[in-house]
Amino acid sequence: MDFPILSVIVFTPLIAGVLLLMVPGERKDEIRVGALGAAGFALLLSLWVYFGYDKGAGGYQFVEQYQWLPALGISYYAGVDGMNAPLVLLTGIVMFTGVLISWNIDDRPREFFAFLFILATGVFGVFVALDMFMLFFFYEIAVFPMYLLIAIWGWKQTREYAAMKLTLFLFIGSVISLVGALAMYFTSGESTFDMLKIAEAAQAGAFDIQYSFNILGRTFTPTFQEFWFPLVFLGFAVLGGIFPFHNWSPDGHVAAPTAVSMFHAGVLMKLGAFAALRVGMMLLPEGAQAWMPALIFFALVNVVYGAFIAMVQTDFKYVIGYSSVSHMGLVMLGLASLSRNGFIGAGVQMFSHGVMTALFFAAVGMVYDRAHTRDIPRLGGMALKMPIVAVAFIIGGLVSMGMPGFSGFVAEFPIFMGVWTMASSPINVHWPFAGWVAPLIAIVGAISIVVTAAYIIRIVRRVFFGPMPAEFEGHITETTALDKVALVILAAILVLLGVFPSLMVPLVETGVDSVMLLFGGA
Amino acid sequence: MILALLPEILLLVLAGLVLVLDMFWKDDRDRNLGWLTAGGALVILLVSWLAGRPGEEPIQIWGGMVRHDWLAFVFKSIAIFGMGVTALFSMDRPDLGKKGEYYILLVISTIGMALMAASADLIMLFLAIETTSIPLYVLAGFIKTDDRSTEAGFKYLLFGAMTSSVMLYGFSLLYGFAGTSDLYRLAQGLASGSLTGMPVIASALLVLVGFGFKVAVVPFHFWVPDVYEGSPTPVTGFLSTASKAAGFAVLVRVLLAAFPGSFGEGMDASLASVLAALAAVTMTLGNTIALAQSNIKRLLAYSSIAHAGYILMGVVAATELGITSAVFYLIAYLLTNLAAFGVVAIAGRVVGSDEIAAYAGMSRRSSGLSLVLLVAFLSLAGVPPLAGFIAKIWVFAAAVEADLVWLAFVGVLNAIIGVYYYLIVLKVVYLHRSDKEDQPVMVTRPERLALGILTFGILLIGTIFAPWWGFADAAAAALF
Repeated sequence: MDFPILSVIVFTPLIAGVLLLMVPGERKDEIRVGALGAAGFALLLSLWVYFGYDKGAGGYQFVEQYQWLPALGISYYAGVDGMNAPLVLLTGIVMFTGVLISWNIDDRPREFFAFLFILATGVFGVFVALDMFMLFFFYEIAVFPMYLLIAIWGWKQTREYAAMKLTLFLFIGSVISLVGALAMYFTSGESTFDMLKIAEAAQAGAFDIQYSFNILGRTFTPTFQEFWFPLVFLGFAVLGGIFPFHNWSPDGHVAAPTAVSMFHAGVLMKLGAFAALRVGMMLLPEGAQAWMPALIFFALVNVVYGAFIAMVQTDFKYVIGYSSVSHMGLVMLGLASLSRNGFIGAGVQMFSHGVMTALFFAAVGMVYDRAHTRDIPRLGGMALKMPIVAVAFIIGGLVSMGMPGFSGFVAEFPIFMGVWTMASSPINVHWPFAGWVAPLIAIVGAISIVVTAAYIIRIVRRVFFGPMPAEFEGHITETTALDKVALVILAAILVLLGVFPSLMVPLVETGVDSVMLLFGGA
Repeated sequence: MILALLPEILLLVLAGLVLVLDMFWKDDRDRNLGWLTAGGALVILLVSWLAGRPGEEPIQIWGGMVRHDWLAFVFKSIAIFGMGVTALFSMDRPDLGKKGEYYILLVISTIGMALMAASADLIMLFLAIETTSIPLYVLAGFIKTDDRSTEAGFKYLLFGAMTSSVMLYGFSLLYGFAGTSDLYRLAQGLASGSLTGMPVIASALLVLVGFGFKVAVVPFHFWVPDVYEGSPTPVTGFLSTASKAAGFAVLVRVLLAAFPGSFGEGMDASLASVLAALAAVTMTLGNTIALAQSNIKRLLAYSSIAHAGYILMGVVAATELGITSAVFYLIAYLLTNLAAFGVVAIAGRVVGSDEIAAYAGMSRRSSGLSLVLLVAFLSLAGVPPLAGFIAKIWVFAAAVEADLVWLAFVGVLNAIIGVYYYLIVLKVVYLHRSDKEDQPVMVTRPERLALGILTFGILLIGTIFAPWWGFADAAAAALF
């Protein structure tokens, strides 16, 4: 048997977390070093998976399957393809840099890292899951530690409110998806949670059932797929921050401690988008085709509305929080366009935005730790004292504006290309509008880039340049070496991917090809 | 035949042993009766599992009064386990732990539960229910110096007597319609009798009153909060798990054996729709009222009502998956709720209050106890990798399979309400500060042992499902 690398990745954080809990709480430095070691190990393994994936062969690789509850067709079934390999790597990166950034947490660091690592196990588990039950199992594991992390270590003013709001939103979403997943389990007739088999059954017509409802004298006859798709998709997309269920997200980002914000915006929101793709779109493709106009609308609102809201915020962290909503909208837009380019863009955007937003939140955290305020008008001149933070933030800003040469361009350009041509996409069989509507949507979506540029440039000018207010003189210090390492790693990845798109795009393409097959397009 | 009654016989021996030793031991040794009861439970479980397991085919003994099948066996194990853990939690309560009669009542009540699970005849069933209930009335009112405990005992007695008599009336009607009191010939007798349809369903509903009282289903739940609050906390834990489980054992056996659906499968359709409505109302009411509670025992009381609703969902589905999921849920719930009430009992002993506000700073006073509370409450809320998660998934699945998608949606939305109030308690435990943080909470040895077993069990069931699912499935298969 091959080395079970995916299982090792999934369970490394969990085991490390449990071991950390056994170390006496006062030995904080040992705890930190141990956490960093575990995170580094997970990062190395995820790099191995990412670069070891054979693009020529495609399909699912590093597959592991063990029986879990055979009576009901539940198995532990893990594998990576072109869609989730980048996300596994992303989680490894964010986890490693998150530990670096959290070095200075002094209140119960043992529990902090343990909860953070349990969260990481949940995230890894969802990304590699090929079994629907396993996906839910790890999904809930990923959601819950957020509550404690935000409620205990968060920003005192809003943490209880934000933590509860976040938990309830995400639980509601996930249980609604759960009912849909159960309906798929029973309807597929396969008695298995194996998503590959369910997808096959769906292709073979197991889901071609017509419901008939009589509501207020009108008869509705949705098919199985049309009925369940919005529930399953939206249930997960809540975690992806889709409009109108996005507003837990900025509150959560702001209340969370820095490393948790990085995890939350960088990785957790991808979890929602990814699960919506994996369970919603890949298992119910006809449902996705039928609901595509509505998805486009919601995603478009996300993109444009999120950007405008970000522009009017005065709290540094809220700006980044809403920018996450806006950028996750681009992921949704790419998925909803049901076109090859859109899917590719969405896949790359998930990675690119994950790294970018982790960078943003890390920078915000460093500024806040020193200035003790996030009020943009009160800040200024930070570049003088923290040049590396300023440079890193500017790189992140260029990425978020989609500047060529940075990873954001590699991601956003295909998305807009996909949206522009979506009316003629071979798998988009229910396009209800005239042909010119698609380019119009692309143009409206692209406006957000202008708005993004506006708020990013505003922040850069107000926070990092200009004169430093007198109150900060003296006690703004340079960042620590570990902080710099984290920022440099994150920024380097963004530039590297922008300059060499071939590091990721061909990989994502192999994943997209199998998604396209499920939609009946080659 | 001996083997079929092995657990009951051994329990009787245990009761006798406790009685005799209570007389001979001096008062200061009487605490050891708790070890005896708990150790006895362990021995009985081991011996029964080794020697008394039912075979493929069920056996009926005593002229069809008692049935030895997996359904009975699994529920007997649940009751005995509950008894053992409850004894451990009671040992260091000054008002319970050194009283021999307390342990005797506990054991006798457990005998009643074991017989409830095994009854295959209306008469035996009634006797078993009374054998269970009467000791429980006394246990609920055990602390004579505490008005609330006395009130709890009395209230429990009044409600119990009332619903028992209604149920007995239902039994007599059924006997009249069918000409037999044997549960397994009742269906046939009812079908061949001259009266079918409405009268039969009406008498079935009368019977449901009694069962509904035992499992705490709306509208027979009014006793629950007061009795749970007033009873000594270990007794409350026992009431909310073992007693509820025994009630469900009876419920599924009677409904599926005596009132099958038109094809001899599942359950009568009109009964099923009544129960579906009850399940929905029970969950919603239990969870909604739990939101407003400031006393942790009342909160758990309403949560226990809500959980009865979830379990009822599996029963309503009345498929093999449905019954299996209900049994599995009860196993998970047994461990979880015993742990929750165990923590409440310990905290109540030390803090002297059951108000949620009194739990402030608990995580700094005893991190271990808080961790158990965290595990138990998250399991109640249905968070993986704990037992409650998988249990909930399968009752929802059973509802979806039985085309009760609306009920599944009611269930999942209720689960969210549950998450909210369980988190509120955890928030107090982990976030709120108090000025007593420097006073540690002492957890005694038996309590530590019990909490350890329960926490380990919750994690084990939550991660490795297959063996427990196998037992639950065997129990359900006995009905199909």
